[in-house]
Amino acid sequence: MSFVAQFNALPVGELLRRARGAPVSAARASLDRPSLSLTDFAHLISPAAGELLEAMGRRSQQLTQQRFGKVIRLFAPLYLSNECINNCRYCGFSRDNPILRVTLSPEEVRREARALVGQGFRNLLLVAGEHPRFVSRDYLAECVRAVHEQVPGTSLEVGPMSTEDYRPLVQAGAEGLVVYQETYDRAIYDQMHTAGPKKNFDWRLETPERAYAAGFRRLGIGALYGLADWRYEALCLAAHAQYLLRVCWKSSLTISFPRLRPCAGEFQPLTHITDRELVQLVCAFRLMFPDVGLVLSTREPARLRDGLIPLGITLLSAGSHTEPGGYTGAGREKLHQTQKGRIVELGASEWAAGDAAPHATEQFQIADPRSPGQVAERIRSLGYEPVWKDWDQALSA
Amino acid sequence: MLEEQQPLVIAGRTFGSRLILGTGKFASPEAMRAALAASGTEMVTVALRRADLTGRKDPFANILEFIDPGRYLILPNTSGALNADEAVRLARLAAAAGLPRWVKLEIHPDPRYLLPDPVETFKAAEQLVQEGFTVLPYINADPVLARRLQDVGTATVMPLGSPIGSNRGVQTRDQIRIIIEQATVPVVVDAGLGAPSHAAEAMEMGADAVLVNTAVAVASDPVRMATAFKLAVEAGRAAYECGLAQAQVTASPTSPLTAFLDEPQSSIASRA
Repeated sequence: MSFVAQFNALPVGELLRRARGAPVSAARASLDRPSLSLTDFAHLISPAAGELLEAMGRRSQQLTQQRFGKVIRLFAPLYLSNECINNCRYCGFSRDNPILRVTLSPEEVRREARALVGQGFRNLLLVAGEHPRFVSRDYLAECVRAVHEQVPGTSLEVGPMSTEDYRPLVQAGAEGLVVYQETYDRAIYDQMHTAGPKKNFDWRLETPERAYAAGFRRLGIGALYGLADWRYEALCLAAHAQYLLRVCWKSSLTISFPRLRPCAGEFQPLTHITDRELVQLVCAFRLMFPDVGLVLSTREPARLRDGLIPLGITLLSAGSHTEPGGYTGAGREKLHQTQKGRIVELGASEWAAGDAAPHATEQFQIADPRSPGQVAERIRSLGYEPVWKDWDQALSA
Repeated sequence: MLEEQQPLVIAGRTFGSRLILGTGKFASPEAMRAALAASGTEMVTVALRRADLTGRKDPFANILEFIDPGRYLILPNTSGALNADEAVRLARLAAAAGLPRWVKLEIHPDPRYLLPDPVETFKAAEQLVQEGFTVLPYINADPVLARRLQDVGTATVMPLGSPIGSNRGVQTRDQIRIIIEQATVPVVVDAGLGAPSHAAEAMEMGADAVLVNTAVAVASDPVRMATAFKLAVEAGRAAYECGLAQAQVTASPTSPLTAFLDEPQSSIASRA
């Protein structure tokens, strides 16, 4: 039975009622339990539990240090392509956005990877829009091979695929697969995804299970905060994590906390989660899942990222570019727009309109512009060791 | 005294300390180096996935540069391996990179409790022993598995006290007692030892050595905690070698009921 059936049967109404209205006494009782249920998790994300944030933070820190030690792992995203066949109202890569697009060749991907290796990264996340023509399975496998030559840890964040299509990517050396459900609210999911294969909610929801069946050993999940109510998303996400830990038992699980950032298309978030609530959410996930990796990207500003390092985060990106070619300028001569799947060359006026050297449009604007070296130095000053390499090719051959 | 002071000998190599340290989870490589020194250890284990095995001296994966191979035997470990094939591959790579042909064999496919897979561990141990490695397998506290492993030629057995990083101490004591009783190779209690008293307990039981990591690495003062473990291991070993007095349920009266049997016959006769 896949998670879809469990998800459909989740007593989310009752859980949400507790997450919104639990008294502080219930939250305190849940905080004191050595092992938490979904109901406890609901109590810990309640407004009342906000009063216990300091105590939650202390417990979260203790659990994280015990399980992961005083280390923070670092990774960087490497965007392969910003072509996309979907229309997602919140995403800069949406097919109807008239943005500058490019798909890097495997050789260009190799150059980008080399630049990131030079900065210290030994763990890369290859990201691409979903487009069967520009971002095919074979193309992805070639890119994984190109990166894996130089980088021990290679993960993917690409459009959901079948188990059969994932297998060659694992064989090429990819060890992790990240897929965010975006929103676990079916109605909002439907409104947000107006066209393209991404409309299929259940197919996306089952993606981690298909990836596990294909041999991926690190699975990443998350919700995109800013669409549905964050407490609803968190409850569903926790249920999803609980399921994956039980069923995909040989994989390491990570949970990310992306909040919507400004992007092309100028979508305005439908809901809001404050910094304080985000911290509460991170701590609640740590208390619920002591062994799960918690990820924070450069979507968040330096102050918040630094503050969350001792509170349960275990994996950080740094110095990120969210456009293909962002690290080396690779692919600039191929920039174009795409209309109905066809490449439209840029006219002279479009080349002249932007910067002196135009680049592909980014997926979103980052909020922490510090270099990887600066982030590593800050991690050290907080009493943690920045770990760049935590995987070896020998494990994913 | 049951046993004289004896050094730890593993695969013909003598160690002056019965404490083995792990190198993960430290806040910095400098903190790790200082803790290793304070612990008095002579053997440290390093996760190969953290180290550079390409021989390029990667400055971003340089944990080995903080461990003096003249002072410590570096014991590469295969943590991260899901099965025997991966563990064997890692061990070969480490040897090819110039590390000692010793391996702490760790295969724990479940990333939550990190409990060792007995089937894959046995397979990998057989293979690595055949290839001439000195194999120290991390296992659950299973006396039969321990015997099977020593039969295929592992240099030690390393049963867990409780899950890695759990700080719960020797929860498997009854099984570990059997392993120690039956062992023909040194028994190293590995994992879960969160307090010096846990290490002392394992040593008092007759373990030949213990392996500690989390409790030292995440301590607020790793150097002092490493020292505390050093003392605890020495204390536990000394107590074992002396022979611990048996704990008893009842008190032993200073005037026992059968004392009359030891009295001279004449005094018994005079009572009659």
